[in-house]
Amino acid sequence: MTLATPNPIVCLRGIDKTYASGFLALKNVNLDINRGEIFALLGPNGAGKTTLINIICGITNASSGTVSADGHDTVRDYRAARATIGLVPQELHTDAFESVWTTIKFSRGLFGKAPDAAYLEKVLRDLSLWDKRNAKIMTLSGGMKRRVLIAKALAHEPKILFLDEPSAGVDVELRHDMWRMVRELRVQGTTIILTTHYIEEAEDMADRIGVISKGELIVVEDKDALMRKLGKKQLSLTLRHPMTNIPAELSEKSLELSEDGQTLVYTFDSQKEETGIADLLRLMSKHGIEFKDLRSSESSLEDIFVSLIHQSNTVNS
Amino acid sequence: MNIHGILAIYRFEMARTFRTVAQSVAAPVLTTSLYFIVFGKAIGSRMGDINGVSYGAFIIPGLVMLSLLNESISNASFGIFMPKWAGTIYELLSAPISWGEAVIGYVGAAATKSVMLGLLILATARMFVPYEVAHPFWMFAFLLLTAVTFSLFGFIIGLWADNFQKLQVIPMLIVTPLTFLGGAFYSINMLPPLWQKVTLFNPVVYLISGFRWSFYGIADVNIAVSIGMTLGFLVACLTFVWWAFKTGYKLRT
Repeated sequence: MTLATPNPIVCLRGIDKTYASGFLALKNVNLDINRGEIFALLGPNGAGKTTLINIICGITNASSGTVSADGHDTVRDYRAARATIGLVPQELHTDAFESVWTTIKFSRGLFGKAPDAAYLEKVLRDLSLWDKRNAKIMTLSGGMKRRVLIAKALAHEPKILFLDEPSAGVDVELRHDMWRMVRELRVQGTTIILTTHYIEEAEDMADRIGVISKGELIVVEDKDALMRKLGKKQLSLTLRHPMTNIPAELSEKSLELSEDGQTLVYTFDSQKEETGIADLLRLMSKHGIEFKDLRSSESSLEDIFVSLIHQSNTVNS
Repeated sequence: MNIHGILAIYRFEMARTFRTVAQSVAAPVLTTSLYFIVFGKAIGSRMGDINGVSYGAFIIPGLVMLSLLNESISNASFGIFMPKWAGTIYELLSAPISWGEAVIGYVGAAATKSVMLGLLILATARMFVPYEVAHPFWMFAFLLLTAVTFSLFGFIIGLWADNFQKLQVIPMLIVTPLTFLGGAFYSINMLPPLWQKVTLFNPVVYLISGFRWSFYGIADVNIAVSIGMTLGFLVACLTFVWWAFKTGYKLRT
């Protein structure tokens, strides 16, 4: 699948990755990430999300294909490309014996930036780490270590920030702080690519969604468009008297009866001009089916994600 | 060139030394002092001169080399192994830094520490045994060249090792025996003719011989051969490190 945009900040073409063990981790991945967007990459464990991020960042070699970051090829012009990228890895890899201040100073220097104590102070204050600047990393909690990794990734003022499962193992407060910071970074013009298992967060935060399954990018879509296109709406009617089966005249409708016969669920496409609800209610009245309550619900991104992965697995098998 | 990147690595590694000063500096100085007391004073006083040099003074270059080799390998191998082991290597691999710049940072810091330690041991030796340095420039040149070469070798061991046992196995089972058998405590001319030939396959012989020549003007092998062998090993190590970074050997999957 290719989704070309006019001025992408990250551009992947024909990326394949086969590990030495023979495991095919990525198959012909083509993807453009827009400048200034929040892009959420979703996929089950082992789908290839981290491999894809590692290839863009230079940690893993692609078997074939090209990657550019901010217009620079990540292999031929790796210096310019990597200088634009910050990475927060999934695992809490830290220098246990270093202080917070020393480690972010190191990160800024490593990425070729001159020292700038004022900027680093701002980063630490934004992440509520300033009071911990002299603490050894080994003395910090898991959540604090996660903040340190974010501070390290931001130390060289990257244009592109990769957050690989940043919410894993952090408490609610930190998660909210983190997403507030992500939104602020986006406002400042940073492009953010994140992978997450908290799909509601992707639903809440992302501008676009990519779904990867078994190394293949199966969907790349504007989040709202994806929700509209693949999302379903349902009307649940709680019946006054339980039913044993749906009358023949109603069976052509997309209806499901609950096991206890108490609830009738009608699934419809909310984007269509004619939802069929009026017709359904008329037919129910005709058959003397009364209801005492009704409520409507919409598919979450999680429902869509599960459905896409299920479809992909069915096609592959 | 990523000067800030080189300096960041260099300072990071030097800070590690000063944080572990007892292990990095005090331990090798104490060990070498014990050698001087036992071999230089206690046993050396009962031994005759070798090529006109007292035994206590004769062993100084060899003992300095013994520490220099061990510390160069240990510092540089640990420097690159630890980020691999702790997982923080991701930052180096994703940074806009070339293999040469990374090597200057890591190997430069390891070699600096080794040279400082070598000079400290020489100063310590002065407290036990009087000695002269006939060629101070060449003495420092050998010290520096050996420190850089064996720091590079240590860097390779650190790249190759994927556990602590592998990190120790080459220094303990190969380098230390080669150093002891490389003429640290004797002149190879004191060996039977056959072993004199065999010992020439030991690269440490050339280092100790050249280093000793810079002190006393006496050498077991030609000084030019000593320099040539050391430079050859340096080039071989550099080539391997270049290849390792180019292919991602033990670094990139």
